[in-house]
This record gives sequence, structure tokens and C-alpha cells, in this order.
Amino acid sequence: MFYREAGQFKTDYAADMAVFPIRQDRIGLALILFVAFVIVPAFGSDFLLQVVMIPTLVFALATIGLNLLTGYTGLLSLGTAGFMGVGAFACYKLTTLFPGVSIVIWVLASGFFSAAIGAAFGLPSLRIKGFYLAVATLAAQFFLQWCFVRIPWLINYNVSNAIEVPERTLLGLIVTGPKASPEVRYLITLAIVVALAWVASNIVHGRIGRSWMAVRDMDIAAELMGIRLLPTKLLAFAVSSFYCGVAGALMVFFWFGGAEPDVFSISQSFLILFMVIIGGLGSIVGSFMGAAFIYILPIALGSLAAAFNAPIPPATLEHLRYMIVGAMIIVFLIVEPHGLAALWRTTKQKLRTWPFPY
Amino acid sequence: MLYSIFIDPFVQMAGAPDLLVQTIWEGTVSGVLYALIALGFVLIYKASGVFNYAQGIMVVFSALTLVGTYQKLGGLGFSGPGAAFLALAFALLVMFILAVTVERVVLRPLVNQPDIILLMATFGVTYFLIGFGEYVFGGEPKQMIAEQLFLPKGATEFQMAGGFVQLQNIDVAAAVIAVIMIIGLSAFFQYTRIGRALRAVADSHKAALSVGISLNQIWIVVWFTAGIVALVTGIMWGARSNVSFALEVVALKALPVLILGGLTSIPGAIVGGLIIGIGEKLGEFYWGPLVGSGIESWLAYVIALAFLLFRPQGLFGDKIIERI
Repeated sequence: MFYREAGQFKTDYAADMAVFPIRQDRIGLALILFVAFVIVPAFGSDFLLQVVMIPTLVFALATIGLNLLTGYTGLLSLGTAGFMGVGAFACYKLTTLFPGVSIVIWVLASGFFSAAIGAAFGLPSLRIKGFYLAVATLAAQFFLQWCFVRIPWLINYNVSNAIEVPERTLLGLIVTGPKASPEVRYLITLAIVVALAWVASNIVHGRIGRSWMAVRDMDIAAELMGIRLLPTKLLAFAVSSFYCGVAGALMVFFWFGGAEPDVFSISQSFLILFMVIIGGLGSIVGSFMGAAFIYILPIALGSLAAAFNAPIPPATLEHLRYMIVGAMIIVFLIVEPHGLAALWRTTKQKLRTWPFPY
Repeated sequence: MLYSIFIDPFVQMAGAPDLLVQTIWEGTVSGVLYALIALGFVLIYKASGVFNYAQGIMVVFSALTLVGTYQKLGGLGFSGPGAAFLALAFALLVMFILAVTVERVVLRPLVNQPDIILLMATFGVTYFLIGFGEYVFGGEPKQMIAEQLFLPKGATEFQMAGGFVQLQNIDVAAAVIAVIMIIGLSAFFQYTRIGRALRAVADSHKAALSVGISLNQIWIVVWFTAGIVALVTGIMWGARSNVSFALEVVALKALPVLILGGLTSIPGAIVGGLIIGIGEKLGEFYWGPLVGSGIESWLAYVIALAFLLFRPQGLFGDKIIERI
């Protein structure tokens, strides 16, 4: 009833091309941002911030990264966790080498390292396609993971064989390390994720995004239309890895506070691919939804069992959780193969025409 | 540096031929087992176009069913070869039920969806089987009932060139059984009615449908065949180490084998398995110490990647023809 575009006239092309053409969408977005930036840190518990919000945001950023590659450019990659690891280790090296520079700058700068690595591993994508490419990116995943374990220089020869996040301050507040409060870490993560999501949205709506989608739909046809495949595909790999790298740095510095190389294993890559598929291929909003859904589902199942005070031993609960997640993925794919984003679009369309659907 | 990469390993090889043969043999055995897993992938990919990630977990699940059933029978007072073969029959039945269920619940509703969606659905199957298998049979590593199934154990040694080479009997058995199974499958594809139907479906779904081949029935047959392959792989691999979900990692090793040989080729799976298995072991043994060991974990993928750069469809895969 309230979700109507009636009376909103567009008087120039810019307004017609806007990302959010309907006023209610813009209001809704502003409301969500207000809740995220003000209400959640002000009233949310530490548990909510630390266990739910920060991880969801981090995963959402990595999901956007993979979505740019798989959803928009059509290149299936299983090396996501490896690229996240490059970001995390690069950020760690940079901040220990140059402690004076703000950590936020290093988090963003570490993305460029992972972008370079990603572009290098993207080179085979010119010749190799589809599932063959997916397995080829596994080479990146396993090689990078091996490097994290075998090159002690990357972790400054720590005896613990893990990244130990040092304490860093920003504007007088402690933002990383064990003493940083969840609110501060949450706000910085949120700011970076929102900014990068905004950039991603602009990329995919512009010339670059359109050339990516042309390559996705049919790369030979795109080539005939004058899109150069090598720069386009490599750019997709680079931008995607940039996002993944920043997500990896955020994950270690603002969520875990320390990480062993195992964190960046192949199962992490698969998890993020899940988020992309469940959220919807080729959708930025869907990336947030998919990340939230896949990450929160096991937590919700766990607390549901706790709420009912079910007398289930923890091992059985873990098995049941696996079974339920597996079954839900199948059911979800059957009901809506295009992901949560498609569900969201259908809902909006229904709202617009309600109560007279014809 | 160049010396230690290009010359030194070969000097070592020539200096100790018994070690070289031993390494190649070990590579061959693990290659055969990779090839068996890859074979399951190829069967399903050819017939239904599904990249079945669950193949690795099917290996674990079938082996778990076998061992778990044997233990349950032992609890009832049955043991020995009779009970073992009873458990084997039951495991086969379970794989058949799994094939029917997957066809009904996953493949049929998802027909005509993009490949990546079907891949994701097999991830769902994987998760479900992990949870289900651990729930029913427990997650701890189990001993494979190799003796009760009359599989040989112990080792054979023979002298050569100033040293000796040691062959595990179980590995010899694994290689023999793998060869028998591959010949059997080829004959099945070549000479039986269902085999011909399978090849027809692999060529074109629509054409096969139009001459009256039931896709659903073919899918069940193919998933069941893949289930049998999985069971055999599980028994062999389980007899070498233990039956546990750690085997899942081995399934990831089958992926480079698969793309190296070509997604659609059965001989490709075998040749790919041998190349990867031997290359991996040789690389680890002779070149591994140069960079700190453990290169086994990624060498297989790099070998596959190197081959793919020259043949993007794998060694034996169907040529990919793209038209506008």
C-alpha cells in the first residue's frame, strides 16, 4: 500500500538510471543504514556485535567479491579463501613494518596485494572455462595455503605459527587487539563494508560491469562486439580479489584478533560460494542476504535447540545441524534456484501491485 | 640453484633405481585410487551433466555403511566372512536407495537448471551424507574389514639393483581390482542395452528421450554404478588406512585428475590418475626438499593446470566447440 512509485516522475536520464529509482527504496536504505550505524552499536549486546554482526559483514564483503567474479563475469572460482588469506597476511606484514600508519589504510592497501595475486592466477581463465577453471583456481587455493604455512617470514617468525594482531589506535580509540571494544570494531567494519559495497554497486552499473556481464553471457560474442577479453577478465579477477583480500584482513584484524593459516582453507572457499549461490548470482543485495542466511542459520539452529532445552548431546546436535543445512540447501535450490535476491525482487513486485495483482 | 633443480634429482634417481621404482609404484597405487574416484565423477557427468561433488563423500559413506553394518552384525553375534558379505550386500542396497533418492529428490526437480546450481545441490547432498553417516555410524575412524573380505595383507619384497622394492599386497590387489572394474565398466557400456542407452544419453539428452530412453531410469543406473565404484574405492582406501571422514580430502585430489583426463572420458580418468599420482610422488620425493616439503598438497593442481593450458578440454575430453 505504501510501496508505490505513483507520482514519482523522472525529468532527466540520470534519475531514470538511478540505482534506487523508487523513493521508498531510498528511505528504506537510509533506515537500514541508520539502524546499522546508530541503533545496533548503541543497544546491541556484545554477543550480537561480536558473534553475529561483524562476521556477517565480513562474509558479506567476501561474498560481494566472489559475486563480482562468479555472478557478474561468470568465472567460477574456488580460491576465495586463498585470496582472503593474502589480504590478511599482507595487512599483518604492512602494519608491523610501518606501525605509524593508520590500520584502516593498511586494511584497504592489503587488498591491492591480493588483487595482484588474483590477477596472476586469473591468467589461465583466458583459455580454461567452466568447471575446468574452477579446478584450476583450486591450484591457487592450495598453493597459497601452503605458502601461509611454510613461509614463516609472513608471520614474523611468531612461535605460535599464527598471526597475532597487534594493538592499533585510530583517533585515540583502540581499534584492534584484545582490548578493542566490539562497538568500535563493528563500526569500522561496517564503514568499510558499506563504502566498498557502494563502490561495487557503481562498478557493476557502469561500463565495466556491463562488459563483465557481456563476457558472462557469452565471451566470444562479447569479443566480437569489441570487448577485449584479457583486460576484462583480469580486471574481474583483480577487483574480486581486492574485495576478498580486504574481507580477509577485516576478518583477522576486527573479528578473530589472530588467525592460523587453517582459517583460509578450502572449506571457507566453499562456504563463500554457498553464500553467493544462496544469495543470488549477480546481485549485491543478494550477497548480504546470502552471507547472513548461511552464517546465521547454524547459529540459529543451535540456539533453537538450546531454547527448547532439548536433551540432545552436542555431537548429535552437530550431526543434525549438518543434515539440516544440507537438506535446506537442496530444498532452497529447488524452490528458488536464483537465490534470495530473486525472492526479494518477486516480493517487491507483489508489493507494488498489491492488492490488485493484474 | 639450477643444478639442484634440473640435474641433482636425476642423479639421485640414477644412483638409486630401487628407490625410484618404489616411488613410482607408490605413485601408481595412489594414482589408481584417484582414478577410481575420478571414474565415479566421469560416469555421472557423462550421463547427467552433473558435476557430482558428493562422489568423495559417497566413498566414505559407502565404506562406513559396510564397516558399520559389520559391527552391528557383530553385536548380534554374527562375524566372519559370511557376515562381511552380508554387510557388503547391505551396503550395495544402501547405495541403490541413495541413487533412487538422489534422482527423485535432487535431480528430477532441478532438471534444466544451470550447471552451477546442480553442483551446489550436490554440496547439499555432501553435507547431508556427512551428518547422516556420522549420526548413524559415529564419527571415529574405523578399521576396514579387509581380512573378512579375503583381501590379502602383508608385503612382498624383491631384490633389484643393490636394494629392494616393497609392494604392499593390498596395493597389488587394489590395482588388479581397479583394472577388472574398468574393463567390466567398458564392456558394460559397449555391449549391453543399458550401456548403449547410457552412451546415447551422454551424447544428447533430447535425442535419447525422443527414441524412448527413460532419462530417470538411466540416472538411477548411473548413480548406482557410481555408488558401486565408490564402495570399491572405499574398501580399497579404507584397507590402506582407516575409514574416516578424512578420506574426504582425497576426493579433492580427484578433481585435478578429472580435469587432466577430461570430464567426459573414462580412459582419461585412468591416465590422469596415473600422471597425477606418479608426478605427485616423484615431485614430493625428489624436488620437495628444495622448497620445504609438503608440495604434495598443491603439485597435483599445478600439473593439471600446466596440461590444461595446452589442452583446455583435458587430455581426452570432447573438444569444446563454441559457436555464436
